Amino acid sequence: MARIVGGITTSHIPAIGAAISKGLQNTAYWKPFFDGYAPVRRWLDAVEPDVAVVIYNDHGLSFFLDQIPTFAVGAATQYPNEDSGWGLETLPPVRGDLELSWHIIESLVADEFDITICQEMKVDHGFIVPMMTMWPDAKEWPITAVPVAVNTVQHPLPSAARCYKLGKAIGRAIESYPDDLSVVVFGTGGMSHQLQGERAGFINKPFDTMFMETLVENPEALTRLSNAELIREVGSEGIELIMWLAMRGAMTRGATLVHSHYHIPVSSTAAGVLVLENSAPALAGV
Amino acid sequence: MTWDAHDYDAVPGTYVFNGRRAAMGYPLNRMCMSFNHAENREAFRQDEAVYCEKYGLSPAQRDAVHTRDILRLVQLGGNIYYLAKLAGIFGLSVQDVGAQQRGITVDEFKAMLEQSGEPIHG
Repeated sequence: MARIVGGITTSHIPAIGAAISKGLQNTAYWKPFFDGYAPVRRWLDAVEPDVAVVIYNDHGLSFFLDQIPTFAVGAATQYPNEDSGWGLETLPPVRGDLELSWHIIESLVADEFDITICQEMKVDHGFIVPMMTMWPDAKEWPITAVPVAVNTVQHPLPSAARCYKLGKAIGRAIESYPDDLSVVVFGTGGMSHQLQGERAGFINKPFDTMFMETLVENPEALTRLSNAELIREVGSEGIELIMWLAMRGAMTRGATLVHSHYHIPVSSTAAGVLVLENSAPALAGV
Repeated sequence: MTWDAHDYDAVPGTYVFNGRRAAMGYPLNRMCMSFNHAENREAFRQDEAVYCEKYGLSPAQRDAVHTRDILRLVQLGGNIYYLAKLAGIFGLSVQDVGAQQRGITVDEFKAMLEQSGEPIHG
């Protein structure tokens, strides 16, 4: 049976990808941020996942505003990265896992999640920057992937509670897959940031800190936040944190914290990363 | 026509990208989507006015493009992720765009971010 070994939530700020492409990880500006990812990479090296189920949002590469699915699941043999006008390097495509994709799709629809099915899906920085951050030196991506796109662009957006339930349904889908696969679930985006309006540059460290701690211990409490409350507390773009709840929903209730790191600022954003493991940590001292 | 009121309308300095803004901004955002392709970015650079005309931007949107007024473009229905594609053509970074909308210098904006251990209100 497939098994979810753990989950990672991470910011997907485009500037992170640009810094990796330019080899800036050890500069004064970037080192405090990238230092927070060394333990994440050690954990990944130890668990060696086969597949990443990546819950992320598209910012205008695969989807335009003509047709916006609330939830979309990829069902392709590969997911290309392309120019989306943000000045980022185009990276190699990520290989898909068709059978797992269709298993998740069937399971989600049976579970009353009326998702959009995508046999072609491009992945932008929301997906690829976390992959770069996990495997910055990889010549080719060491995992296959199932992308799950959540609409965090065109309001109305799904609620935190709905995303948490989606995560639970994704968890049930993965754990019912008959093949022996080791799966890591990603939730990307956030933390607090606002890119638009006179409130641009809004960052809320106390709320982010509370969110990270509560996500591990008592995620249900966070599902009571409305999207209006989230916009107020983490900014209009920080609402991407609803995808962190989707990752948490896919984990077991008693999942343990392996690593947590928070850094302000990256570009205009508060950057956070969390690693959760579904059983006792495989590595001491990661 | 009556657009629904929302509980997020009270958040200051924030233009949540809802149906009303999506409808108003559709030609502008559609133009920005075209900038995923380098040849379209080049065509825009060659003749901005013609390019804006081709996508049917309103006079106010065309004027805000011409004056590089990102805040005005947000108010006219531009989605910030799409406007980022346009801002890139203008050589404006995310921090430049933030500072411009907030009405402060980029250095002031960067200093504000560095100091944001506490929430910045307003």
